[in-house]
Amino acid sequence: MAKKPIKKQDPDTTGHEWDGIQEYNNPLPRWWLWTFYACIVWALWYVIAYPAWPLINEATAGYKGWSTRANIAVELAEAEAANAEINARLASADLTAIADDAELQGYATSAGAAVYKTWCAQCHGSGAAGAKGYPNLQDDAWLWGGTIEDIHYTVAHGIRNEEDADARYSEMPAFGDILEPAQIEEVVNYVMSLSGDPQDASLVAAGETVFMDNCAACHGEQAQGDIYQGAPNLSDAIWLYGGDYETVKHTVVNARYGVMPPMGGAELSEAEIRAVALYVHQLGGGE
Amino acid sequence: MADSQPDTPQSLYAAREPVFPKKVYGKFRNLKWVIMIVALGIYYVTPWIRWDRGPSLPDQAVLLDLAERRFFFFWIEIWPHEFYFVAGLLVMAGLGLFLFTSALGRVWCGYACPQTVWTDLFILVERWIEGDRNARLRLHRQKKLDVRKVRLRLTKWITWLLIAAATGGAWVFYFTDAPTLLVDLFTLNAHPIAYTTIAVLTGTTFFFGGFAREQICIYACPWPRIQAAMMDEDTLTVGYREWRGEPRKNSEAVKQGAEQGDCIDCMACVNVCPVGIDIRDGQQLECITCALCIDACDDIMEKIGKPRGLIDYMAFTDEVNERGGKAPKPIWKHIFRPRTILYTALWSLVGVGLVVALFIRSDIDMTVAPVRNPTFVTLSDGSIRNTYEVRLRNKHHEARRFNLAVTGDPAVRLQLEGTPYSSITVPADEMRLQRVYLIAPPGAEAARDERTDVRLWIEDTLNGERAYKDTVFNGKDN
Repeated sequence: MAKKPIKKQDPDTTGHEWDGIQEYNNPLPRWWLWTFYACIVWALWYVIAYPAWPLINEATAGYKGWSTRANIAVELAEAEAANAEINARLASADLTAIADDAELQGYATSAGAAVYKTWCAQCHGSGAAGAKGYPNLQDDAWLWGGTIEDIHYTVAHGIRNEEDADARYSEMPAFGDILEPAQIEEVVNYVMSLSGDPQDASLVAAGETVFMDNCAACHGEQAQGDIYQGAPNLSDAIWLYGGDYETVKHTVVNARYGVMPPMGGAELSEAEIRAVALYVHQLGGGE
Repeated sequence: MADSQPDTPQSLYAAREPVFPKKVYGKFRNLKWVIMIVALGIYYVTPWIRWDRGPSLPDQAVLLDLAERRFFFFWIEIWPHEFYFVAGLLVMAGLGLFLFTSALGRVWCGYACPQTVWTDLFILVERWIEGDRNARLRLHRQKKLDVRKVRLRLTKWITWLLIAAATGGAWVFYFTDAPTLLVDLFTLNAHPIAYTTIAVLTGTTFFFGGFAREQICIYACPWPRIQAAMMDEDTLTVGYREWRGEPRKNSEAVKQGAEQGDCIDCMACVNVCPVGIDIRDGQQLECITCALCIDACDDIMEKIGKPRGLIDYMAFTDEVNERGGKAPKPIWKHIFRPRTILYTALWSLVGVGLVVALFIRSDIDMTVAPVRNPTFVTLSDGSIRNTYEVRLRNKHHEARRFNLAVTGDPAVRLQLEGTPYSSITVPADEMRLQRVYLIAPPGAEAARDERTDVRLWIEDTLNGERAYKDTVFNGKDN
């Protein structure tokens, strides 16, 4: 900037001089020095008040007893208390009418998503797309029914488990001990042809007889399945374990025995079960 | 190391020199009063202006509704996804500061900065209560704490505290309905955050305006340093015509017989300075260019019959010209030059862009997020279904019904979660999240191709207003 018109009195120097270069003394404001001291005092208080010194197992606790873990516990308890009223409403409402209550449905969907990610995602996948042996919850095929009441029952009691006496239960016999190998080959060809997969016509015709004698009782004469027995629809495009020849044959010979633990009782509250059932119901497959 | 240690080592720390600015009259002082009244007026009054937006919406003209995430400014309403308006305003504020600094130096510091405005107000109060510079100096030097000193000090501090509390109080009114909050504040029903905010702002205003004052500008604020980098030889700053004023009265040169310059060393410029410097030492970083020394010096020059402008707004080029006996450049030539014109052009460009954006923004808005987990679902009949999370924002103040449709592949059809219809209602002033399904029948090209481009449409069922978003459909790639 503008050249100094008048030379200020030469500023003081610190007296230090190296090779003719002097160091000006531009004194620090004293109040600034005091802020440094204040910071030191504050730091001393801090190490006494808060967890500070790392020891062998854990840090010193500090006289305020402050801990993030305890804070989270308090926050969780507060959130629980804040949700108590709407949870009670959710647990007592008419299941089929919840969808008409925008507030309750919105809450249930959000809460259900959290419950789902904690308890269900391990088997059914975080996006509910399922995996081999674990049903996809987004499609429109339901082994035990896809109405909100059906889903609620399945979540609460589980499938083929010992823990819950009301668990959904059915058992397919292993036909490897019952049918001749030739009959198995015929019935596999027949089942695969039902999904529009063209097979050897003579085997299919023979397989239809085997199917009607051994399988139709549960899977139905049109192989459309039966949700009351958890018998899958064999005529649709969805295969839980796979639709290739070897896999279908394996299923016929050895049978399948998929299990699901009950979420009712000790695990989840009624409100949580309803929430996750409503969440699953609105993923795209709900009936 | 050379041995040049002085006999008595100087302290590395310096106590604050108290500053007692003297009252001054003049055009810059008047300008500063006007700016202070306007700035404080805007600050205190704005939250109380009412603006009717109809039922269920706040009737406060300027409101930052953090809970509902809306910003209301008279007829303008900004939603969170339109935050680029705020970014644009910040860009304009930045360019504006560049423009003003390159043309007028630290004009922001001297006239408009809250620190300057509130300090000015606090000094005004101080002068009313304790008297002008000399009276205040006497009171400061008086060691004995008598009744008068205690009374004056307490009156001053309490007045400052009231101003500070009003300042902190006004701040919170911008964030919620002001009349309701005012009642709540006094009936102790307001939110603890409101009280905390007021307490913090009251404390900082009281301390910064009453005690820290120029220390904030000199030691705490980064802006003076940044500004120095934006000034050039044409920037107007406050300066002293040393070639006219020197040698000043009572100087060694005058005592030895030199002809005296215009400066009579009356110290008027020093006594009025709010940052406690001597402008005759040249431009220095403490100077906030408040121009009060110009008013003070002009007043003296008039009284002693000398031309005004011994201390004046001037640029470095003026100084060179005048020393060389040439006339200074006219002011407008300092102000209108390529640099300032470029800043003005950029500033206007952003401003016009924002205004255009404001007028062309649609009051329906849709975002489409394809669900990628899983990318598609096979249905029992072999159809391939993709899911999309569609957010519809209705910025009208009444509920609207929207039709949804898909184009791009005639085989793909649309379905909505939770309803058999293809239209949904979005409540007034709300965002609605809707799961939308696109389904390609088995055998259709879209069901087999890895990706098919599709376009989702929404249409207001009443006025036919439309919007669309492009997205993709993922088939079963095998």
